[in-house]
Amino acid sequence: MRQSGIPVTVARYAALVVATVLFLLPFYLMLRNALATDREITGVDWTIFPSSLRWGNVAEAFADPTANLARAMFNSAFIAVTQTAGTVLLSSMAGYALARIPFRYATPIFYAVLLTLMVPPAVTFVPSFIIVSRLGWVNSYQGIIVPVLFSGFTAFLFRQYFLNFPRELEEAGRIDGLGYLGVFWRIVVPNSLGFFAAISVITAIASWNQFLWPLVVGQNPSMWTVQVSLSTLMTAQTINLHQVFMAALISIVPLVLVFVFLQRYLVQGVAESGIKG
Amino acid sequence: MGATPAFWLFMGPFLAGLVVFVYLPIAWSFVLSFNRAQNTVQPREFVGLQNYLDLLGPGPFLDSLWTFTVFAAIIVPLTFVLSLLLAVLLNQIAVARAFFRSAFFLPTACSYVVASLIWKLSIFNGVRFGLANQVLSLFGVENIAWLSSVSPPWYWLVLATVRLWLQLGFYIILFLAGLQRISPELYEAAYVDGAKAGWQTFRHITLPQLRTTSVAVLLLNLIAAYQAFDEFYNLLGNSSLARPPLVYLYYTAQSNQDYGHGSAGAMILAALIVLVTLAQNRIYGFGRPET
Repeated sequence: MRQSGIPVTVARYAALVVATVLFLLPFYLMLRNALATDREITGVDWTIFPSSLRWGNVAEAFADPTANLARAMFNSAFIAVTQTAGTVLLSSMAGYALARIPFRYATPIFYAVLLTLMVPPAVTFVPSFIIVSRLGWVNSYQGIIVPVLFSGFTAFLFRQYFLNFPRELEEAGRIDGLGYLGVFWRIVVPNSLGFFAAISVITAIASWNQFLWPLVVGQNPSMWTVQVSLSTLMTAQTINLHQVFMAALISIVPLVLVFVFLQRYLVQGVAESGIKG
Repeated sequence: MGATPAFWLFMGPFLAGLVVFVYLPIAWSFVLSFNRAQNTVQPREFVGLQNYLDLLGPGPFLDSLWTFTVFAAIIVPLTFVLSLLLAVLLNQIAVARAFFRSAFFLPTACSYVVASLIWKLSIFNGVRFGLANQVLSLFGVENIAWLSSVSPPWYWLVLATVRLWLQLGFYIILFLAGLQRISPELYEAAYVDGAKAGWQTFRHITLPQLRTTSVAVLLLNLIAAYQAFDEFYNLLGNSSLARPPLVYLYYTAQSNQDYGHGSAGAMILAALIVLVTLAQNRIYGFGRPET
């Protein structure tokens, strides 16, 4: 790229700094309100900084029985971990089969998987709910977790990735007497950890943040995920604003940690997949 | 182990799941959509196309498709232009690129629920506080009821900014990846031919080279707008001001337990999205299996 003059460079940085302030402002508001009193959130004498930082709000948010925050955090964590493990296991194996194992009907099966890509899960929540209620899985972990495990899209991504996996490595394994399962577990997976990490991070974040499906299936407060709990708090009749903001803040802590430590994989995953939020 | 048993070992569990949790639900829903099914997921009484006719007549379902159209018309171009602009800016700077990228990307860690909460209870709270009204009061502007004002429909501003905040970082990353794939030699050749850096090279080199990414961004955006639920539900609830298709379906199926109409609505939405996917596949070939 050609060198630009100093005024242009300054203008670019100025624009980026303004945008950055706007992007970070909501985080600041959440933090500020979480540590303030309700009066400081709603008062006409609103200030940028609250008069004091009330760390006691953390304990108060956990103590609130309506939000059931500790239980909701546990539910979300349990669901995110099992959903990620299940999705990655099932779709990596399916993707590998579609990319590498010769089978007569592999093409029609591949098209059957592609077909499921066209109709996004959010549009099929009514049909899915019908099956889950027939199975008696409403208000259960399996009801929230299992139907979401079979991601045609993730299987498709794994297939595309395995198509480009170096065949020589697999052949070396086969010469050593490994079957398909052995080659997959001992050679393909250990050599693809970056890609597995990228898909895992994206799946875990999507799972933690999903709202519609847990709202539909986990109706009982003991099954609320943290998103459902927050939504209920937000629309509750009597509302403790600082508690709502504190609960929201607590709910994003795991993800911000994931972002800080695993951003490399996340960016790689987004750039490679080009889908999923 | 032969290839065929191995194929089934690898593919079987996944395929079984797809059948039970994707194909079977859709088939069941298809059957239900021709039946009356209130408070039950069993077909009760065959009503033919009545559920479809009910939905496609003037009423809340058609309104919801209109809401989606308005929303897409606002959000798709805005997201496209702003994410491209920020990606180009990021690509042009030498220092602190990773910092700015992280700042733009960080909101994607937030859920729509958390973002709606900040927007509704902090920034765009309409009653007497809220950052937007605080700032406007500095200029002597009266408090605005952001979420309940009908004319002008300020709620679109709230809905659009939530989504922009959450999604821009994701699309910026896609555009950045696209920009970095453009060969610098193309620009060098253009300069040799006398092109000026700036709008000329952007229009004749950058934009055409970003065609693949641009189409992907537009389509992903359109599909994401079609699936809008979280922010509408949390900001507006079951309000008739702006009720997109999934919110309408949610209240039909959950609150009214009307699975006949709910299923018909799901079928119509699925059919629409399949049509769009097939159309774009013809035009562009996105998602076509490469070999």
